[in-house]
Order: sequence, then structure tokens, then C-alpha cells
Amino acid sequence: MKRDNQLTVAITGMNAVPDNPGAGLAVARCLREAYGESIRIVGLGYDALDPGLHRREYCDSAHLLSYPGSGSDTLFARLSEIHDAEHIDVLIPCLDAELPLIAGLAPKLAEIGVRSYLPSTEQLARRAKDRLPDLAHAAGVACPETLAITHADFFRGCDKKGWPFPLVVKGVFYDARIAAGREEADIAFRAIAAEWGVPVLVQRRITGEECNLAGVGDGTGALLGEVMMKKRAITGRGKAWAGISIHDEVLAENARRLVAALKWKGPIEIEVMRDSQGTYQLIEINPRFPAWIYLSQGVGRNLPALLLSLALDETPPPLAPPRPGMLFIRYAQETIVPLSSFETLMVEGRSALESEKP
Amino acid sequence: MDNNQKQGQSVDLPKADVLTRLALSDSGFVFDPVTGNSFTVNGSGLAILRRLQQQGTDLAAAVAFLCEEFDVEAMAAERDVIEFANLLRNAFK
Repeated sequence: MKRDNQLTVAITGMNAVPDNPGAGLAVARCLREAYGESIRIVGLGYDALDPGLHRREYCDSAHLLSYPGSGSDTLFARLSEIHDAEHIDVLIPCLDAELPLIAGLAPKLAEIGVRSYLPSTEQLARRAKDRLPDLAHAAGVACPETLAITHADFFRGCDKKGWPFPLVVKGVFYDARIAAGREEADIAFRAIAAEWGVPVLVQRRITGEECNLAGVGDGTGALLGEVMMKKRAITGRGKAWAGISIHDEVLAENARRLVAALKWKGPIEIEVMRDSQGTYQLIEINPRFPAWIYLSQGVGRNLPALLLSLALDETPPPLAPPRPGMLFIRYAQETIVPLSSFETLMVEGRSALESEKP
Repeated sequence: MDNNQKQGQSVDLPKADVLTRLALSDSGFVFDPVTGNSFTVNGSGLAILRRLQQQGTDLAAAVAFLCEEFDVEAMAAERDVIEFANLLRNAFK
């Protein structure tokens, strides 16, 4: 139950699954550590088995949302329903697929009292994978050459057209596979086209060390509180399982130029590959916090707390200087869930976890 | 002859600013805060790295320092320094 003057923040992306976790639970953990019990956290998910929805330490209550594919009106109706019950002050979306819808709904959500701090739909479109090379060029940042194709015939003799294997085959929205030859490229093309449609993107493969930068754009072109991380261990899907904080002014400057070119507003993750020449090649820009965002709390730059203060028009908390050399290492853990809690979430689409707190 | 040319071969070290930024621990653990890479070195490697950080990248001076510090012959020290310099260069490509 909401107490007087208690801030209520709703967070999506509570699917903290091992091979490809959403960022929601890490964002909730950052906010809980910054605000303690003076904040009420409402976890929002799409599946009753999303682990974060059942973590009582970080979620005071949990609700299921309609899938983004159901459309903007359905999502707004569901968020309004949840707002009526929870009195949400700020909404922090953490999943790529829902960002365009929620960014479009931001003005309507503000009208009913739900604040957010998000990029515009146009800003979102400019950092999409198919437009990334143009953005990188405009910002003066290196980016592997990328081609949009509509047919797998491209891979027949592509080396003679200047596109030798191995190549990276990517969906416009999601999925990336390395193809060592034509057969693998054909399979990748068909799988990605079937799930995400055409065009499919073909990108020159860059080898090197993968580094990521997270920060918050203030909407006028400034990047606030950048935190950089190098992956030290990855899952089978290439997601960070362990990483270490780094600080490189060259990477920070690249990120500042990209954020300035976009006038980005809200959380951002910039994924780069440091190639054999030491050049940072832009691989992807994600319009949300990454799953490793708890590292920002670990280095004294709690970015979710920074975002919340911006969303509330408050003075952001002071940030510690960059602190390279701090590791994170993930681990798998079981959460025990009473059947009644799971049942309520399944049947009613909501679960009041605070009543179960010891 | 250039101080960084030994036994007829050129010995390149990583740039001075790269060596300077390394965090060195007494245990021999070395961390590069820019790349996030870490590795370990033995006692003589640590001594050479500290010397290079403090006194600059003059390999002849590093050899002389190693001879004095570890009581080894100049030829052996020179061979070790060259090998170590090659390892460092590969580590910071």
C-alpha cells in the first residue's frame, strides 16, 4: 500500500533470465539501494514466470502487461488500469520492443500523472540498426559497413562483390548471427527474415574487445554520468556474464558525440568493439539501461537514481569520479514463489508482494 | 646506436602513456584501466615495469637497473628485458 509522500516507480523488463536478462531487476536494485523503503517499486512484466516480479526485496507489487504487439491503445489502457491501482509517479521502461510504443504514449501518460524520461520516437528511429551507419558518420564515429538485403541470393559470390566471409547477419530489430560461409548465411537469413522480416542487415565482422557504455542523455545533447564496462565473460548469446569497469576518454568522447547528434533524452547503452587498431567501432545503440546497470551503483554512479531525479525535475545526485577496476560477476539463483502469489499473477495479472514480506 | 636497439633488433615498448596508466600491485597483478585487461608479472617484471613508469622507456637504463637490483650479468638481463618488452608489446597491441 502506498504511504503518503512515498514515491512509486514502475519498471518493466523484469525478465532476469540467465542467457539474455532484461534490465528491470537491476534498475529496481539500484533504486532500492538509493532510496531504501522511501520508494515503492511496481514490477511490470509480460510473463508470470519473469523472475524479477517475484523478488520481494525489489518489487512491492507486480503486474502483467499486454504484449507490445497488441498495440498502443491496449497498452495505454492497461497502464492506466495499473496506475489507478498503484498511483505511479514515474515509469521506467527497460525493453527495446516496448520503447517505441511507450515513447509515443509518454504525453498521454504524463496527462494522467505518470512521468517518464524518454527519447522521442524520431530519436529512437535514428539509432535503429538500419540507420546506425548514417548516425555514426554524422557523429564522426567509426562503424562497420552495413548493407540491407532482401534476398539470400546476395550471399552467392558475395566475396567477389567485396563482402568476404565471415559476415554478421542481423535482424533490423533483434538477433545477430556470424556466418562463416554461404550455407550458414542462408540459414541465418531465413531464420531472421522469418522472425523479424526483411530487410535483413549484413555487416562486416569486426574482431576485438567488446566494451559497452551506459549513461543518460539530458535531451539537449549532453551525456550524463557515463559508466564504461569491458566484457570479461559472456553467455552463449554473447551477453555479459562478467565485466569490469573501465575508463577511456576516447570512448567517452565518441559517446558524447553520438548523444549530441541525437540530442538523446533518457537512458542509453552504446555497444562498441575495440578493433585491433584500437579504434572503437559502433555496433549498436540500445534505448534503455543495460542489464549490467547495477555496476553503475558499484562505481558510485547510480544511473537509475540519476534518471529518476531528472524525471522528477529534481537536482541529480552527485556522481563519483570514474572508477575503473570494479568487476561484476553474475550468478544464477532460485527464487521461492508461493503458489498463491503465482496464481494471482496468472489469473488477475497482479500480485501484491508487500503483503508477503516477513 | 639507439638505446632501444639490442642485438641488432629494434625493441619497441608500448607508449609511455600506456605504461604510466597501469595500476601495479605488489603482488604482481597489473590492471589497465582503459582496456580492462589484467595480467600478472613476476618480481623482476614488476621491477622493470615500475622502473619504466618512473624513469621512462629507456631499455638500456632498464637493463642496468636489473643488473644492479637482481645481481645478474648484463647479457642475461638484456635478454630478459628484450623478451619482456616483446611480451608487453603483444599485451598492448
